Amino acid sequence: MITLRQWRKIVNAVMLTLTGVSTVLTVSVLFIILGLLLYKGASSLSWNFFTKLPVPTGETGGGMANAIVGSLQIVGLAGLIGIPIGFLAGVYLSEYEGKQFASFVRYVADLLNGVPSIIVGILAWTLVVLPMKSNSAMAGAIALSVMLIPIVTRQTEQFLREVPLALREGALALGASKWQTIATVVVPAGSKGVLTGMILGVARIAGESAPLIFTAGFNQYWGGMREPTASLPVMIYTRAISPFDDWHQQAWAAGLVLIALVLTANILARLVLAKGISVPRG
Amino acid sequence: MASTAAVATARVKTRNSQTGDNIARLIVLVFAVSLLVITGLLVIELYIRAAPAREKLGWGFLGSTAWNPVTEEFGALPFLYGTVVTSLVGMLISVPLGVGAAMFLSELAPAKISNALTFVIELLAAIPSVIYGLLAIFTLVPLMRLYVEPFLKSLLGFLPLFRGPAFGVGYLTAGVVLAIMTIPFVISVSREALLAVPREQREAALALGATRWETTWQIVVPYAKLGIVGAVFLGLARALGETMAVTMVIGNSPTVKASLLAPGYTIAAVIANEFAEAGGRIHPAALVELGLVLFGLTIVINGAARLMIIATTKKGSKR
Repeated sequence: MITLRQWRKIVNAVMLTLTGVSTVLTVSVLFIILGLLLYKGASSLSWNFFTKLPVPTGETGGGMANAIVGSLQIVGLAGLIGIPIGFLAGVYLSEYEGKQFASFVRYVADLLNGVPSIIVGILAWTLVVLPMKSNSAMAGAIALSVMLIPIVTRQTEQFLREVPLALREGALALGASKWQTIATVVVPAGSKGVLTGMILGVARIAGESAPLIFTAGFNQYWGGMREPTASLPVMIYTRAISPFDDWHQQAWAAGLVLIALVLTANILARLVLAKGISVPRG
Repeated sequence: MASTAAVATARVKTRNSQTGDNIARLIVLVFAVSLLVITGLLVIELYIRAAPAREKLGWGFLGSTAWNPVTEEFGALPFLYGTVVTSLVGMLISVPLGVGAAMFLSELAPAKISNALTFVIELLAAIPSVIYGLLAIFTLVPLMRLYVEPFLKSLLGFLPLFRGPAFGVGYLTAGVVLAIMTIPFVISVSREALLAVPREQREAALALGATRWETTWQIVVPYAKLGIVGAVFLGLARALGETMAVTMVIGNSPTVKASLLAPGYTIAAVIANEFAEAGGRIHPAALVELGLVLFGLTIVINGAARLMIIATTKKGSKR
C-alpha cells in the first residue's frame, strides 16, 4: 500500500527525471548531427572541393568553388546592405525611443523577423529578378538583407540598452550633444555586443537556402552580381535531392563545410567576443 | 570684447550641435522607418502579385483541392492542410519535450550546467534548415520507413491516422523534423519565462511542504503560463513557415490524406519547388497567393506570441 506521501515522492522523482531526459534528448541532437556530418562528409572533402567547379555525375574530381565564392558574394553584399540599415535603426530604438512610435517599430521588426524566409524570397523576386529578367547574386543579397535588417536592429538595440545610463549622463554633463554622446560613448561601450549581434545575424543568413532558390538561382559555373549564382546552401539542396550517389557525397561534404562555418561564427561570437554578455535570441 | 566673442562662438557651437543632433536624429529615424517600409512593401507586393489568381479563382481557391498548372486549376486546401498538420505534429512532440527541458534548465540544474546546456541548445537553433533536411533525407526517412512507421501501424493501425503504406516521407516525418527544429525556440523562450518567476513564489510553496515537482508544476508554470504559451506560438509560427527541411521530406504530393504516413505538401514547399519554373499568368499568382495566406497565418500567430511574451517578462522580476 502506497501512502499519499510516498506517492507524491514518486511522482516528484519520476517527473523530475523526465525533465532531465528531455534535456538530454535535445542536447544530444546537436552531437548526433555533428557526428553524422563528420562521418559522412569528411571523407568527401578534399582540396578539389574548395578549388574546382562542379562536374556532372559520374566524373570525379569536381568541387564547389563556385558555390563557396557565390555564398561569399551574396552574404557579403547582404551584410553591406543590411548591417548599416539595421544598426542605425537599432540606434534609433535604443537612444531615441520613449514614444509609442518606437515600440511600434520594434514590434514590426519582430514580425519581419518572423516572416518565413521563402516569402522574403518572393519579395526580392518581384523587386529585383522581374525587372532584371534574370536571377542574380544581387537579388539573393537583397533577399538575405531583408532578413538581416530586423535581426541586427533588435540585437543592436538590446546591447546599446545595456550601456549604463550613468555613462550617457556623464557625457552629456561634459557638454557633449546627444549624437556626440551616442557616437563617442554609447556605441563604443556597447560595441562588443553589437558586433556579436552582427556576426550572429550574418551566420544565420549564410545558411539560408529558401530565399535564394529563385533569386540567386543556380549556376554550374562562376556567377556574378548580375548573373545567376550558386551558393552553398542551394548546392546542398540540389545535390541532396538528386538521385546520384556521388552528388549525395558532395552534399554531405558541403553540409560539413557550411555547419563548420556557421558554428564557428556562433561559438566565436558567443564565447570569445560576448564573454559574460547574455546574447538575446535573433 | 574677448568674452563677447567667446559667448558668440559658444552660441554658434550650441547651434551647430543642435543642428547636428537634429540631423543625426533624422538619419536614424529614416532607417527605423525603413523597417516599416520594407514590411509594407512585402504586404503590398504580395497582394498585387496575387491579383490575377484572386480575380480568376476567388474565394473558392481556399477550399479547392485541385492543383493542375496545365489546366490552370489551383486550390490551396492540400497545402494549407499539409502546413497545419505537419506543424501540429511537430508541436505535439516539441512542446512537452521543450517545456520539460526548460523546467529542468530553470528549476533543477545548477546555474553553470544550465548555462552550458542552454549554449548548446542555442547552437542547435543556429543550424541551417537545409542541413536538417540533408540529415532527414538520408537518416530519418529510412528510419521512419523501416522501423517507426511499421511499428506505429502494428500498434495503432486501427486508427485512420496510421494506415496505408510506409513511404518514409510524408506528414509524420515532416512533423518530426519540425519538432527537432522548433525545440530550441520552445526551450529558450519558456526557460526565460520560468526564470522570470519571482523566487518568493517557489520558496513559499516549498515552505508549505510541496515537493520540487509540485512547486514547479502548480506554482511556477502557472505563473509563467502566458510566456510559455508565447513560446509555443513562436515555435508554431516557425514551423508553419519552415521551408527547406520540410520540402525535402514531405513527399510533394498535393493531396489531402487522413493518414499521417501519406506523402503531402506544404505551402512553403510548393513555393520552393514550383515558383522558379511557374509559367503563365495564373500559376505564379496562385503561388504568391499561397504565400500571402502563409504570411497572414505567421503574422497573426507571431503577433499574438510577441504580445504574450511582452506581457510576462514585464511582470516578473528577473532572476
